[in-house]
Amino acid sequence: MAVSEQVVPRVSARPSFWQRLRDAMSPILASKVALVGLALVIFWILAAIFAPVVTPYSPLEQDADAMNLGPSAGHPLGTDHLGRDLWARLAYGSRLILVLAPLSVLCSLAVGTTLGLLAGYFGGLIDEVVMRILDALMAFPAILLYLIIIAAVGASSTNVVIAITIAGAPGVARLVRSLTMDIRTREYIAAAQLRGENPFYIMWVEILPNARGPIIVDAMLRIGYAVFSIGTLGFLGLGLPPPAPDWGSMVCAGRRYIWANPWAVLWPSLAISSLVVGLNLFADGLSEETMRYQ
Amino acid sequence: MTINDHRIKTPILEVRDLAISYKTRKGDVPAVRDVSFEIHRGEAHGIVGESGCGKSTVAFGVVNFLGRNGRIVGGSILFQGQELRGRSEEELRRLRGDQIAMVYQDPMQALNPSLRIGDQLSEVLIVHRGLSKEEAYDKCIDMLNRVYMPDPEVVMERYPHQLSGGQQQRVVIAMALLNNPALLIMDEPTTALDVTVEAAVLDLIDELRREFDTAIMYITHNLGVIARVSDRAGVMYAGEMVERATVEEVFLNPLHPYTQGLMRCVPKLGLSKESSYLYPIRGRVPSPAELPPGCIFEPRCDHVRPQCGQTHPELREVAPGHFVRCSFAEEIAAQEWQPPEDLIPDLAALVARKAEAAEPILHLQNVRTYYEQERKSLTSLVGLGKKQYVKAVDDVSFEIPKGCTLGVVGESGCGKSTLAKTIVGLEPLTDGKVEFLGFDISVPVSDRDLELIKELQMIFQNPDSTMNPSFTVGHQIGRPLRRFKTVPRGQVRGEVIRLLEAVKLDESYYDRLPRQLSGGEKQRVGIARAFAARPDLVLCDEPVSSLDVSVQAAVLNLLLEIQQRYDTTMLFIAHDLSVVRFFSDYVAVMYLGKFCEIGPAEAIYAPPYHPYTEALLSAVPIPDPSAKQKRIRLSGSVPSALNPPSGCRFNTRCPRKLGDICETEEPPYRDAGGGHRIFCHIPLEELRKLEPIVTVKP
Repeated sequence: MAVSEQVVPRVSARPSFWQRLRDAMSPILASKVALVGLALVIFWILAAIFAPVVTPYSPLEQDADAMNLGPSAGHPLGTDHLGRDLWARLAYGSRLILVLAPLSVLCSLAVGTTLGLLAGYFGGLIDEVVMRILDALMAFPAILLYLIIIAAVGASSTNVVIAITIAGAPGVARLVRSLTMDIRTREYIAAAQLRGENPFYIMWVEILPNARGPIIVDAMLRIGYAVFSIGTLGFLGLGLPPPAPDWGSMVCAGRRYIWANPWAVLWPSLAISSLVVGLNLFADGLSEETMRYQ
Repeated sequence: MTINDHRIKTPILEVRDLAISYKTRKGDVPAVRDVSFEIHRGEAHGIVGESGCGKSTVAFGVVNFLGRNGRIVGGSILFQGQELRGRSEEELRRLRGDQIAMVYQDPMQALNPSLRIGDQLSEVLIVHRGLSKEEAYDKCIDMLNRVYMPDPEVVMERYPHQLSGGQQQRVVIAMALLNNPALLIMDEPTTALDVTVEAAVLDLIDELRREFDTAIMYITHNLGVIARVSDRAGVMYAGEMVERATVEEVFLNPLHPYTQGLMRCVPKLGLSKESSYLYPIRGRVPSPAELPPGCIFEPRCDHVRPQCGQTHPELREVAPGHFVRCSFAEEIAAQEWQPPEDLIPDLAALVARKAEAAEPILHLQNVRTYYEQERKSLTSLVGLGKKQYVKAVDDVSFEIPKGCTLGVVGESGCGKSTLAKTIVGLEPLTDGKVEFLGFDISVPVSDRDLELIKELQMIFQNPDSTMNPSFTVGHQIGRPLRRFKTVPRGQVRGEVIRLLEAVKLDESYYDRLPRQLSGGEKQRVGIARAFAARPDLVLCDEPVSSLDVSVQAAVLNLLLEIQQRYDTTMLFIAHDLSVVRFFSDYVAVMYLGKFCEIGPAEAIYAPPYHPYTEALLSAVPIPDPSAKQKRIRLSGSVPSALNPPSGCRFNTRCPRKLGDICETEEPPYRDAGGGHRIFCHIPLEELRKLEPIVTVKP
């Protein structure tokens, strides 16, 4: 028919890469909280990447003449009880933690998302079985769970990742399940069912992309917790075996000389908390901004 | 009426050149500009307009409830002669409690869910009037009686969720009237209610206005409601008031091209089918951030002159009491409006087609869809309790001939959506048989053959959830093409563009994401997606009920056109009898899971009527103040489908109930000829004697 709603000024067809990047970044740039968090995180990322540039020392290099020193021109943050440069150990240590923490979160995301999608989409018996098992896992205090797992399989970086995956997956699954249960009632899901789509296609292609916002925010927070957990495990001697520059074990080692040299405890503690706080601020700011314009 | 009153009185509310802006990330957006009107004592002033035209903003502006980013930037608001603008928050708060009352769309949000109705009502009197508890209680009972609330003493003890929607709205209205306010602002108070309930609430509002002599500012998008309740009306468009006059003038003699266009795209309940043609307004409402420089309606107007693009017309009085914002109102009024030439034959062809009886394509036999509901008792907790069922669809049989449209009408919760979902296989069938193209399709969609799935598609209600927000328009229309291999792989893009063109969108939409589309555009893409599979049967679940009238008209015409092009059969679900009439060959009226009446569209709208159809027709607000509508009001609310009444389902509310037989025996079906069947105990001869409900002057 002749009359109809007409085309409005044309929006350029496919937005360019830069435009899309700017769109993706705009919620971060709009929130000061997120920016502060991002700055802290980026600081550690840069330290990890450029570790050999930012310090002349190796993290394992011992110097018997310079043990338990405070900050000085030669050693900007001081040295530990074996005369190793603290800044070098922190910088190289950030390489470890910034790989292990995101990796373990990625693993728990993969497991949790799969379980959450299955439980939320199919419901009924599958939901009951999956969620009750996960509830049982969640009933254990996380730290106890880590201790049990590491004690059973031994301390190594792989096992730390496995432990954090097992402890984190139930939380992810709960979140994804609730999002799935909401999204599956939308009409576009019914439209997909009316095309006779495979349930797995519907779960991964139709549902998951629309749940990404809350999942990303949750993952940011989880990386923070993972940093914390790796630190805790290191402190308890269950993390990476020495002499790896693990922040948690640095605190543990420095603890014995805390009266002689508080710096060896202070710096790694600050490193852990600044990274955790940075990730949390980033996640908070991100969720606030993404919620606001929904 | 106050309009002809020559005594000089101060109006209760006088708004002059009001301008309101909202701050956003992209700068200030002028949401309302230059709005002026006045409301006198005992007068109802309607403000009508499509969504986003600023009508609610005006209401919020009057009581300064604009939120953090809204601000009055110009004009004045005089309440009983006093300026409200610039008053302190404290003064305004007292005023809002004492003198100005508001009623909103959703009564559940106006009532505190954790307080008893009685406490909420008497609080108003105790706080603002300083009455004692006992005095307040008596007054509240009094007020509930006046809003015709059954058993006010019992209601006082209840919590809001224990009342039905209509009852809640009555409580809110009673609460608003407790302090005997001088001005009552009602913002879409009946939009969330069913038509039969809406009709009763509108009657109530009308009565209260006379009785309390309150000034009412009534805001709605529904032209029919405005015609029923108000004395004067203002039509708003894109933040400006374009026309203001008495209701009779606005509806029968509209002078602004926008008002005229609006009148032409509302379905009316006339007796002839031709009177229900719809002529949509082209284009779409400009966003307040980028208004056209001259007249704001210029890009969509059928009577554009060169000047219109440059000068912004002022609201001027063209006849006593009739204000119009158009430079050429008189000239436009003088010429008869003719529908665009290509539209008439098109529509005539669309509506008059398929006289020949075709083969039935879909056949339902005694279809039942029940939902299991667990009883909240200890025995069912351990799985031993008796199971209860919500009888959403109960014993429905019908057939649709190929190429025809069956309209299904009913109030919310009558099971019409469940019926559609059962047919497409999204809800499992409890009992009965569905036959489609000769195949038995009584199984869920996941067990059906892909070939059959392809032939049955659906168009959904909610434009915001009909499309997956993560994928582009092109991808979503292309998906069924790839899945059903409708066209060879290499031609998918071309076919998508062809489909986009069929729904009057162009190629530039291919790469857009759903959030870049308006509601009407999303609905068009939904239609294109459904037709991509080239289905034989399309089920439309209220595809236009959440669209504005002008968009609704365009989408309805589009559906008709596409249906004809592909010779598709349709099942069209709606809650509005006037929409279905224009659209359908057959109409079925549904109540509590059962059909009351089914037959050719013309037959449904004329006697003999089923008593429920009669009540529905009587309740539909007609956008024509000269139309005569017999007044039949249903008492009570729809019973729960968990325990539907025995015998005839409608017996608890039926105004023509015969007696015990209605409560004990299922009504027989009475054949009124030509496929028109009525399920009622009343003999056909008596039903035939009923007068037509709606009479519209030619």
